[in-house]
Order: sequence, then structure tokens, then C-alpha cells
Amino acid sequence: MITTDLEGVVEDAAAHLYVWALKDIPQDLRDALADAAGRETSVPGQRVLSTILRNIQVADDQKNLVCQDTGIAVYTCRVGEQFPLHPARIQAALKAGTERATVEHPLRSNAVHTITRENTGPNTGYRLPIVHWEFIPEWDGLDVKCVPKGSGSENMSFLKMCVPADGVKGIKQFVLESIVGAGGKPCPPGIVGIGIGGSADYAMYLAKEAIARPIGTRNPDPHVAKLEEELYGLLNETGIGPMGLGGDVTVLQCHIEHADTHMTLNPVAVNYQCWAARRATAHVSADGVVDYDREA
Amino acid sequence: MATHEVTFPVTDSQEILKLRAGDEVVVQGHIIGIRDRTQIRIFDQGQEPPMDLRGAFLLHTAPNVRKRDDGGYDPMCIGTTTSARMVRFTEPLGAQYGVRAICGKGGFPDEAIEPMQRLGMVYFAIVGGAAALETTQIEEIEQVEWEDLMPECLWKFRVKDFGPLTVGIDAHGGSLYRDVQDAAKKKLEELYARL
Repeated sequence: MITTDLEGVVEDAAAHLYVWALKDIPQDLRDALADAAGRETSVPGQRVLSTILRNIQVADDQKNLVCQDTGIAVYTCRVGEQFPLHPARIQAALKAGTERATVEHPLRSNAVHTITRENTGPNTGYRLPIVHWEFIPEWDGLDVKCVPKGSGSENMSFLKMCVPADGVKGIKQFVLESIVGAGGKPCPPGIVGIGIGGSADYAMYLAKEAIARPIGTRNPDPHVAKLEEELYGLLNETGIGPMGLGGDVTVLQCHIEHADTHMTLNPVAVNYQCWAARRATAHVSADGVVDYDREA
Repeated sequence: MATHEVTFPVTDSQEILKLRAGDEVVVQGHIIGIRDRTQIRIFDQGQEPPMDLRGAFLLHTAPNVRKRDDGGYDPMCIGTTTSARMVRFTEPLGAQYGVRAICGKGGFPDEAIEPMQRLGMVYFAIVGGAAALETTQIEEIEQVEWEDLMPECLWKFRVKDFGPLTVGIDAHGGSLYRDVQDAAKKKLEELYARL
């Protein structure tokens, strides 16, 4: 009988994904940035977008990181119910892989204790990295997506507990005022992730899920997809522009994830993802075969 | 909107006064890397910076570097952080140390406009996240002080064709950030009316 060290396989995958995501951004993002450069009309905005495209080329040529902020490592895992490695071991493997990537590359280590501000180790620490879980019935595979999340954009996160009487209009107003208030700080144009419904904590969790989607994918619920389209248009009318210097392209996309909620609740959470919207995925089969996928 | 080349440190204040918000600038010479903890040490803990900051160009950065066997550092990936966190140091940097330019990403809030005008300083906007390109424009790390603050030390970089930068705030009271925010707030009223 051949036994596969699945925990080792997942650790290797995490180590590879973290570095790969930081260097080789997905094609849908490259296309969205090139498209933005094609339609931006402000002079500083054009300057920013052409510099971004040059930067991506340099990162490719020199195999360097796209951005110096190696972020906080966030993993989203889709685990099949028959996948033979328990999530507790998957989590341990993701932590070990993050540490290995940080030490071996080496990468800047950003993790600190939240009170003492002392560095806690190679991009890991208490409750770091962050792992999102989804469990899939009648499947024996595992998908791991690594989303290194930069702090400039993470600092531009906003939550409002709108009331039902505020309606969808209240959601739209809050998103618009948040993105205008953020200005150039989150490195626009990026992906505006929005979580609506659920509870306060779950709305923000959903907003983070939303920024990890491939650019321009639409929520399967037609009511939510319509809101995505509408907000995408409205946000690009604000004139904030690339790096907040003014222009036509303020956001590359607006993604929304939703959950049903209490009849008295109407939470809305905004999580911004910068233009360097890094992500990379590994599909791991039950027998330990890994298929890397930049576009998932 | 004009295009300029400026060599730092500057000795002639005209080099700063000729710049207007929105202009494009490419920088030559030497620039100094600085960050939150570096400035907290200077101003909140009262330690004199062991580098001459007269006429200097400061960059908001915490670089990824590799230490060489001879004790020096090679740049690996050098990018720029959000400036707004450090706005309160603007006035003393100009008044006490003669700093002439601060460069970062995301801009300074309006409270920086008056001291920059009074002291003849500018804020340069760099493209946040464009670190791969920025690293190629840094020829050498010539000096590192306060290594105990790694990576938030004082760094002296020799640069070539550093940019393109955009003048975000000029020394004449002009600020692209204020103009963009004012226009966006007006626009929001119109958008809200349509919702």
C-alpha cells in the first residue's frame, strides 16, 4: 500500500502558493488593469496605470514581488467531506507552509502581537494565518486559495449596521461614502468587496470572501448581481481615480457576498482589495496530486 | 502639467517652488527611507537623527533587504507605505531639519497643506504597490542607521530615474487630494439623489 503524506503535500502547496501569489498576479487582474489604462482620461490617472503595468512587467522579468507588502496570509479552503486529511491538520500545514515560504524566500515578516507590537515570527502567530473554511458534501478533494492581503487596503475596511428602513439605498450610500473617504489610501483602482446580511462579524467575513473572487464574476443571486453592477457604475462616477489622484477608474470591480439575516438587521461591510489583488489556488486530490491554478 | 527632473538633496528652494500639484517628477541623487517608528524615535523620544536631513527627500518605506557578509544591505523589494499615518511629523521635519520633500502613497490630509506652503515643502505621490519597478530604480543602499528598528530604520538610497512621481501637494497651497475630495463630495450629493 502506498501512503501519501497529505499534510506534507498541503504544506508544500501553501509554501508555493504564498510566494507565487506575491509574484505572478492572475490574468483577469492583468486584463482589468490594461482595460483601465485604456479608458482612463486624467493625466495623473494614466501615469499611475501605465506605471502599474510597467511594474507588473518588471516583476515578471525579474521574478520579484509585485508589491513589497507581503501582507497577512489569508487562505480560503474548500474541503470535501471525504478528503482524507482532517481540517485541524490542514490548518497546521498551512501555518507550516507560510513559515517556510517566509524563511526560505525570504519574505518580509509582518506579524506582530497586537498589543506589544513585537514580531511574532515568519508571518505567523496566534490565530495567524487566517483560514476561511467551506465544507463540500460528496467530494474528496481540497481547494486552497492563498490571498496575501496588504495592510494599506485592509486598513480601509468599514462596517455599518444599517437598519431595515435604510433599505438597499442605505447600503449603497454607505459603500459610496466609504470608498470616497478612503481616497488614495487603499491603492485604487482595486476590488471593492462587500458583505451584506448575516451578522456584524459574518458580513465582514463575506466581504473578505468577495475580494477573493476572480474579477467580474457575478453573484448567482440576480438581486445581488444587479447591486454589484449598479455599485460598480456608481463608484466609478466618484472621480477618486487611480491612487486617489483623480480620474475615471476608481474601482476595477465590485463583488458582493450575502447571507440571510434577522428581520431587524441590515449589516453592510466593506473590505477593499488593492490593485495588486493577489491570489493563487491549489487543487489537491485525495491521493495528493496538486494542480496549481492562477485563475480560480 | 509640466514634467521635471529634480536632484536631491536640494540646496536651491527654487527647485521646490517650481513644482505644481499634478506635475510629473523624476528624481535623481539620494533619498532617505523613513517610517512610523523612525519618526516616533526622533520626535516622541527626542533622539537626533544620525543623518543630515537638510534639503532631503524622505520616502515612506520599510524595505525588504538582504544583509551581505560585509555588513551592508542589498535591496530585494522596496516599496512605499501609506503616508497619512505620519502626517503629524510634517511640520517639525521641515522646521527643525530642513526636509524639502516627502514621498509616499495615498496622500496627506489637508493639515499638511499649510506647513508645506509655509516651509517650502512638497508631497510626492508614488504608485503604491509598484515595488518591483521602484526596486530597479534604487542603485545602492549607501547607509543604514538605527538598525535595531529593522525594517523601520533610517535608510540612505542612491537612486536613478526614481519615478514617475506626481506632485500631490505643492509649496503654494495646492493639493490634488483636497481638490479630488471636494469634487467627490459634491458628486456624492448628486449620486445620493439618484439612488
